[in-house]
Amino acid sequence: MTDPAAWAVQIFNGLSMGSIFLLVALGLALSFGLMNIINLAHGEFIMIGAYTTYSLQQLAIVLTGTSAAGYSYFISIPVAFLVTGAAGFIIERLLIRHLYGRSLDTLLATWGVGLFLQQLARTIFGAPNVQVVSPSWLTATVDITTNLVLPVKRIFIIALVMLCLGGLFWYMFRSNWGRRTRAVMQNRPMASSLGVATNQVDSLTFALGSGLAGVAGCALALLGPIGPSMGTFYIVDAFIVVILGGLGQIPGTILAALLIGMFNSIFEFSTTAVVGKVLVFGLVILFLQWKPKGLMQLRGR
Amino acid sequence: MVSLVLRWFPGGMSGHLSRFGPPIILLLLLLAAPLVLSDFRVNLLGKILAFAILALSLDLIWGYAGMLSLGHGVFFGLGGYAFAMFLKLEAARGELPDFMFWSGLKEIPTFWAPFQYAWFAIPMVVILPGLLAGALGFLVFRSRITGVYFALISQALALMVSILFIGQQPYTGGTNGLTNLTSVFGHSLYSVETQKILYYVTISFLVGSYLLCLCIVSSPFGRLLVAIRDDENRVRFSGYDPAIFKTAVYVVSAALAGIGGALFAPQVGIVSPTMMGIVPSIEVAVWVAVGGRGTLIGAIIGAIVVNYAKSLLSESFPDFWTYFLGALFIGAVLIFPRGIIGLLRREGWQWPRWMSVARRRLTAVGNATASVWGGIK
Repeated sequence: MTDPAAWAVQIFNGLSMGSIFLLVALGLALSFGLMNIINLAHGEFIMIGAYTTYSLQQLAIVLTGTSAAGYSYFISIPVAFLVTGAAGFIIERLLIRHLYGRSLDTLLATWGVGLFLQQLARTIFGAPNVQVVSPSWLTATVDITTNLVLPVKRIFIIALVMLCLGGLFWYMFRSNWGRRTRAVMQNRPMASSLGVATNQVDSLTFALGSGLAGVAGCALALLGPIGPSMGTFYIVDAFIVVILGGLGQIPGTILAALLIGMFNSIFEFSTTAVVGKVLVFGLVILFLQWKPKGLMQLRGR
Repeated sequence: MVSLVLRWFPGGMSGHLSRFGPPIILLLLLLAAPLVLSDFRVNLLGKILAFAILALSLDLIWGYAGMLSLGHGVFFGLGGYAFAMFLKLEAARGELPDFMFWSGLKEIPTFWAPFQYAWFAIPMVVILPGLLAGALGFLVFRSRITGVYFALISQALALMVSILFIGQQPYTGGTNGLTNLTSVFGHSLYSVETQKILYYVTISFLVGSYLLCLCIVSSPFGRLLVAIRDDENRVRFSGYDPAIFKTAVYVVSAALAGIGGALFAPQVGIVSPTMMGIVPSIEVAVWVAVGGRGTLIGAIIGAIVVNYAKSLLSESFPDFWTYFLGALFIGAVLIFPRGIIGLLRREGWQWPRWMSVARRRLTAVGNATASVWGGIK
């Protein structure tokens, strides 16, 4: 308990868990900030990303033998982004835009989509969990001292999330579509009357958020088994991150994700996993008494 | 004679018939069900009617006050646990219940001991869920957390409580829950007579809950709830504090859900954390949506229809049932948002544009194929 190295490992684990929460929560926060909807099928996008990784690896094994299986992981990251992004795009076009302004109904409809996708995965891949073989160099560790051993996997995940975050910031603050997205977030009718195609912004942003969840699925494939209902394990934490972070605010979401990741891992370390989760939930509820709109909020105008 | 009847019903005969007709017909059907159904099906229907009380409690806060709770299974479960603790101690006959023995407890924990008395356990069925709802509701509604935020927090509640119950194996029986409940007030739970009595007890509680909800929604309090649903800020500007009213109705709803759980436990003979988790909690919303939210009778009809369909379909096609349930979630909000009651009132279907376009095109393709086929022949 008092060993500083053990604490450092916990903080590091919290950082890497928090960065995965961040990847999942960013998509939720974006679509909430833009359309005021929460997608309960977001966890299933994680699952789609993870199964995409698995399928590509199986394909690589069939095509080239086992030698190239490790490299397929790197190809699978952009592919998972595109596949889940496309899935998100289709769902936004067919379902979510017809429920515009009915955010509670959207919750239920997207839960239905999630059930459907889970059962689809069960039909295609079978109910038992599957496993992705990590590329060999990712299984190494970095030994800082004898007690402080950091797995390369988790360092890689943090780097991957930083990369995605950089990409997202570039998209939001340097690209034309990002400027349009921010305009619609601030004032939808005004943006629309100035010629921004709001429905295209909606689809694109939703697809982007879904794609990020797919990348999170890739990252989780390194850490554990892949199953049809794996998304549900992470999604509630992501919701808590979004609630704590504030209405669709990217900086708030980042801070909240890191905090939740840290607290989860520190509480788990000093009590048990269950008590840790319940404590975090209680703290968030109490925090909302003090700042009901979350860590950061859009200035009213 | 006719004029006398009409004078007794100032709103006009037809108005009252359309309002009270469906509930009375439904009640008569339910009362007569044991005469035609097998004992197995009657027991099934009894469980479903306990679910109907749960659906009613969700409809009260969702349909009327606009608060979608995705964690109502927690209150159902708490009520179930409170009554099952009583039944478990009755089954243990003064000895240590089996799962406590397996987990290495030496004696009954202090908070368990009072549950051996019915006068303590039965009030706890409504007090425990009510207290939890009161505490959470007070904190949440006071800080003006509404809509999607409230739905997500209630869902997190479902996760937290269910994992907490799974984790506390010595006190809650862990994943298995409280099993082997054998008798209630000395009557064996395995006998057909007891189950039939429980069925009628459930019906009477369902009727009572229905009448209570009817009183609430037609009172000034109920109108205020509808006003809060439609425009909370306007209610606040008119000088009411919505947080108090929302907390109050949330507590009533949680207590009703607890009663449903307490009626469910003896009919199944087991309570487990699986009935409190995220998945069963959100399913309640689809019962209400299918029946027709904002109509009390709709919640009851929805619970009966969906659960009966579930037991029929999942007996023979378990995989297909999940697809069907997924489609039901989507359909209930996208295509028939007013539910069965809306369809009965001929409000009709609301096909999204792409579906009606697709349907038109399919028909056109079909017609073209038919004419080409006719030409070939």
